[in-house]
Formats: sequence, C-alpha cells, structure tokens
Amino acid sequence: MAKKEIKKNHQEMTLMQGNEAIARGALTAGLNFYAGYPITPSTEIAEILSAELPKRGGVFIQMEDEIAGISAVIGASLAGAKAMTATSGPGFSLMLEGIGFAKMAETPCVVVNVMRGGPSTGLPTSPSQSDIMQSRWGNHGDAPAIVLYPNSVKESFELTIRAINLAEKYRTCVVLLTDEVLAHMREMVELPDFKNIRIIDRIKPTIPPEWYRHYDENPKYRTPLASYGEGYRFHVTGLAHDLYGFPTNKADEIEIMMKRLRKKITHHIKDLVQIESFRMEDATTAIFAAGITSRAAKAAVKLARKSGKRVGLLRPLTIWPFPDEAVRKLLGSKKTVIVPELNQGQLSLEVKRVLGGIWNYENRKTRKIIEVRKTNGELITPVEILNAIKEVK
Amino acid sequence: MAKIPQKIIHNYLRHRKQFPHVWCPGCSNGIILGAIIRAIDELKYERDDVAMISGIGCSSRMPVYVDFNTLHTLHGRALAYATGVKMFKPEMKVIVITGDGDATAIGGNHFIHACRRNIDLTTIVVNNNIYGMTGGQYSPTTPTGDIATTSPYGNIDPVFDICKLALGAGATFVARTTAYHVIEAQSFIKQALEHKGFSIVEIMSACPVIYGRLNKKGDAPAMMREMKENALPLEKFDELAPEEKQGKYIRGIFKQEIFPEYTEKYAELVASLQRE
Ligand SMILES: Cc1ncc(C[n+]2csc(CCOP(=O)(O)OP(=O)(O)O)c2C)c(N)n1
Ligand code: SF4
Ligand SMILES: [Mg+2]
Repeated sequence: MAKKEIKKNHQEMTLMQGNEAIARGALTAGLNFYAGYPITPSTEIAEILSAELPKRGGVFIQMEDEIAGISAVIGASLAGAKAMTATSGPGFSLMLEGIGFAKMAETPCVVVNVMRGGPSTGLPTSPSQSDIMQSRWGNHGDAPAIVLYPNSVKESFELTIRAINLAEKYRTCVVLLTDEVLAHMREMVELPDFKNIRIIDRIKPTIPPEWYRHYDENPKYRTPLASYGEGYRFHVTGLAHDLYGFPTNKADEIEIMMKRLRKKITHHIKDLVQIESFRMEDATTAIFAAGITSRAAKAAVKLARKSGKRVGLLRPLTIWPFPDEAVRKLLGSKKTVIVPELNQGQLSLEVKRVLGGIWNYENRKTRKIIEVRKTNGELITPVEILNAIKEVK
Repeated sequence: MAKIPQKIIHNYLRHRKQFPHVWCPGCSNGIILGAIIRAIDELKYERDDVAMISGIGCSSRMPVYVDFNTLHTLHGRALAYATGVKMFKPEMKVIVITGDGDATAIGGNHFIHACRRNIDLTTIVVNNNIYGMTGGQYSPTTPTGDIATTSPYGNIDPVFDICKLALGAGATFVARTTAYHVIEAQSFIKQALEHKGFSIVEIMSACPVIYGRLNKKGDAPAMMREMKENALPLEKFDELAPEEKQGKYIRGIFKQEIFPEYTEKYAELVASLQRE
C-alpha cells in the first residue's frame, strides 16, 4: 500500500516547509499511526497527518496531553503500527517516562522534538538547540538513545524515514530533533528517487507461539517482533523482565536485559552514526556544528576560505550515539575547534569529553576549543562564527 | 447460589509464569481477576482477540498471570496505551485494569477523556480506597477521616465518587459492585464487555493488609462482611432514612446507553474519505 503512494509522487521539485517534510517523510516510511498534543513549533506535523492519515486508512488521534500521546503511540506499535508523535521541549519533558518505557520494552516508535527556546515555556516561536542533552539523558534509568538531527528541509524528509526505519530495526524509541527555524522555513526540495528509498519493516515471527520469546539474548541480530492479536499472546511490562517479557528480579536475567539494551546500540555504531565532513582535509581549524547552526557554519567556512583561512566543518547527522570516532579522527589533530550552538554548551561538552582523552600535557597548550553560544532566541550568524575564526592565531 | 467452577481459571493462567503471585493473603484482587476470567470464558472470546492492559499498582499486576495479549504500562497511563491498541486494532476486545489511584489520581485526565470519547474499552477500576502497592498512602477515594501512612491524623480530603465521575465525563456503561458480590461482578463485567462504547465497572475491593490494618477494619472476612452490609442495590438504599445511609453506598448499573462509539466513527470517516 505504501509503495503505490510512493510512485505517484515520484521525484518532484516542490517548495516545502520543514515540518511538512517530516510529515511526508513519515508517510513515505509507512507511518500509519499518529497520536499527539499540539505545541508550537511542531503543530504542522499533526495538522498535515490529521488530513493525510485517515485518507490512507491510517490512524490520527489528538490526545489529552503528551503523556497520552506517547502512550497511545506505544500501544499502537505493540498492536503492529508504525507509530510516531511530535512535540517541542515542554511536551518532550512530559513524554520522557513513556520514552523510557519504549526503550525498556523494546517497542519501536519515533518522537519528533522541534526544539524551541527554554527553559519552561521559554520562547515558543524561536529556535534553540537546548534539548541535545535532554534527548540523551532525559528519561530516568540508564538506556542509550538514538537521536538524529537534520539541517535542511530535504534532510528532514530523509532523516524522518531513517528514524522510522531505525526504530523498527532496533526496536526502540528513536528521537528526531529539529529546531523552530528548520521546522518553519520553506525550501525547494527535490525529493529523492523513491525507488531507492529503503523502507525497513519489523520482522514477523514465523515460529509457533509456544516457542516465541518477545526478547532475544543476542543484541547483534534483528529479532522477530510479534504484534498483539496475532496469536502470540506475549506480555510487555516496564518492569525488569526476562526473555519472555515476564517480570524478574534475578540479577543474571536483569544483567542480560541491560546488556542487550546497551549493546544493540554500541554494536551498531557504524550503522547508526552519520556525519558530514566539509573541507576538512587541509583544515587547521574545524567547526563542529549541528542542525540549523551548521548552515551558518558552512557559510562561515566558505567566507574564511576566501580569505585564505584553512577551515573545515564536521557535522553530525546522528547526535546520539555521539560520533566519538569521527570527532577523534577528524578533530583530534586540529589546532582549534569551534563549537557554535544555540544553548549553553551541550555539544561542546561532548567534544571536550572526546578530545580531552586525546590531548595530552604537551599539545594541550597549543590546542583549544572556542565556544560560540547563543540562548536569546536568535540564530548564530556566519559573521559571528567568522569572528571566532579570526580569533584563531 | 450458583456454583463457581475452578478449572476455568486454571485454563486461563499462564503456565510459564512463575507463581506464587504478588498479592497478600486475603486480598480481593484474585477474586476480581477470577470474575473477569469467568466473564470472558462465558462470552467465549478467542484469547488472541483479548488484550488486557493495566497501569501500576497491586491491582494492575493482574495481566501478567493470564494468557491474553497483555500489557503492564506506567502508573496512570493504561487507558492511553489501550486507546492506541484499540484505535489500531478495533477488532480486539480491550480490557483495562486500574486502581483507584491509577485511574483517578495520576490517570484522572486519561480517565475522563476516555469516557468522553466513548471508545470501546472495558475498564475495571479496583477500588480498595488506598494506594496499596506503595504501602498505604491516601488516594482520591480514601474516605475522609481515614488513616493512611500520609494522613496519620486522618485524611482531610473529600473523595471522588468514581461512577459519578465517569457519568459526568460521558461513559456509556457505568456500574459498581464489590468483590463480595462476585457473581454480580462477573455479570456486570460480562455486560460491560458486550457493551459497545466506554464501559466502567468499579469493584470495591478489600485490602486487609494495608488499608484494613491502618483503619482497624479487621481481617479479610470482616472486610468482606462490611461490603456485604454496606453495598446496597438502589431500591434498598433509597428505602433507608438519611441517618441510616451513613457509610452505605449503591451497587448496580447506573447507566447503559447506546451512543456512537469512537473507533466506529473513525472508521466511518476513513470510509467516507476513501469513497471520494
Ligand atoms: C509516575 C509514578 N509515580 C508514582 C509511582 C508509585 N506508585 C506505584 S503504585 C502507586 C499507587 C497505586 O495505587 P492504586 O492505583 O490505587 O493501586 P493499588 O495498589 O491500590 O491496587 C504509586 C503511587 C509510580 N510507579 N509511578
Ligand atoms: S497491599 Fe492490599 S491491595 Fe495490595 S496485595 Fe496486599 S492486600 Fe492486596
Ligand atoms: Mg488502590
């Protein structure tokens, strides 16, 4: 069904808004369930899906709050849906207990967080990048996260598909971060050739129900996932559980569970981590930037290059797991790393963590990280980054 | 009195699941689960079509023991999870198990909105007048003046009448009974399951180990006796003089009404769009 839809829209050039790209991407990936609660600057995603999903036989439901939104999404996913919700910071905070449940119960789903200024109600119509850490560490308990962050309308489309694919593949809650400016700006987009888009569906079990275990010991392979109403009658709980999903407090069984939650991410770093590297080969100064800020960074690189400065850009498309290896390899040898971001230093904290391990007593004196931070609701401009580049001796 | 065959329950239990269960001796949770199982058995539902979804609490531990599609969610959120399951698979029979705290404190918002939508879920509210699982803090249904671990001087809170709350919010099947009136409970559950729309059965339940002990209610049989004496059908309740009504409450079906059901309305919307 999803495929027919795909052919119709084959490779158009269209003027599209970021939030619209997310809705379109989700439908392309086979989304058939959306539940959520409106919040600026994410609301267009819900509005578009409320028009599109019923036309395709999918479900759209506006719930009473964000907690209900993520809850309905998880319920639907267990019943077999490709399910998603979208929100912004305040709603994301409310969803965190549910996100933790989805990770614990290994239930695929996607949460889009269109970041706006905070804390609290903050700046509803201004961009920020202040949920980078919340998206990783927000839910209680110790479980890794998969978080993607596009920097264009086209990439919003692509990474939404990827987020849904990864959720199905790794049986977890995947977060797509964007920001207010990305979400509301319009760009000409040439949608990718749909024939080449890979859609990942969960593997259905083929074994008899008596043999079915809802979880697998081995984190290396994709494990089949049954849905409610298909004869498998499994149990799902947020309690620590054994491989059948039944609650346990045996240390060895809990160990297996916690290890699997971690290893299914750490075993697949290559599959999960995506980066863009721009003019990094001969650069002595590197910028590390994500999302909307990376566009200003790229402009700054081009300007700096014109005046003969050797500057490059490293951009993570996957924020979590953090691209440790790329940062180590590509930034480890640079004299200066500039980290511009719309928060009080969340990405730079990670860059420092990784580089801190490489820098030693000798090179520490000659190397430095320059932070360019802004939390007043405005974007960081190319000139501001350029000024930071000029500081470099 | 009708005979209660025991073998039925055994047939529905999960044999891979390790027993004993988590409940204290004398707890009503097992009696209520038994009534639910027998109601489902009488209705001859396919197990594959039944989903049992709960929140967090002693009562919410029910699903793990029974051989259905089962989901033990977060405190207060069972109805929202169930809404997701039901919207995506409307053909499934979805039963929600929730406690007085789970349904009307932390989950109060989901409760009133599920009632309002009239979505076809059958909700069993196990009302033991206390937060059992966490050791006896007062809930929205702990009678005013009663002792809880967080109201050592007596609770000053007014209480929720859960059935009135459901009626006010738009539920289309609303009933109350007690764990003592187990045959009636089974019958109400059966009717609730067969009802098209949001149905709720509030079942008063004895928590002798926590609530009973804190409030000197005696042992489990004494608490059962209290339910027998205090829960009256409407006619009997109405006959009482106002001073005799003290401590008594009504059991029975308060509402049973046909009103457009939510998943059916959604299906109609989908059908109308696809016809275009
Ligand atoms: C978000 C959250 N807050 C608090 C708790 C702690 N908690 C667990 S069960 C419970 C109360 C349960 O009471 P009730 O719903 O009446 O169920 P009972 O145990 O009485 O059957 C509480 C407060 C929790 N698990 N999650
Ligand atoms: S604490 Fe009360 S409600 Fe919970 S199992 Fe014990 S008796 Fe039952
Ligand atoms: Mg209770």
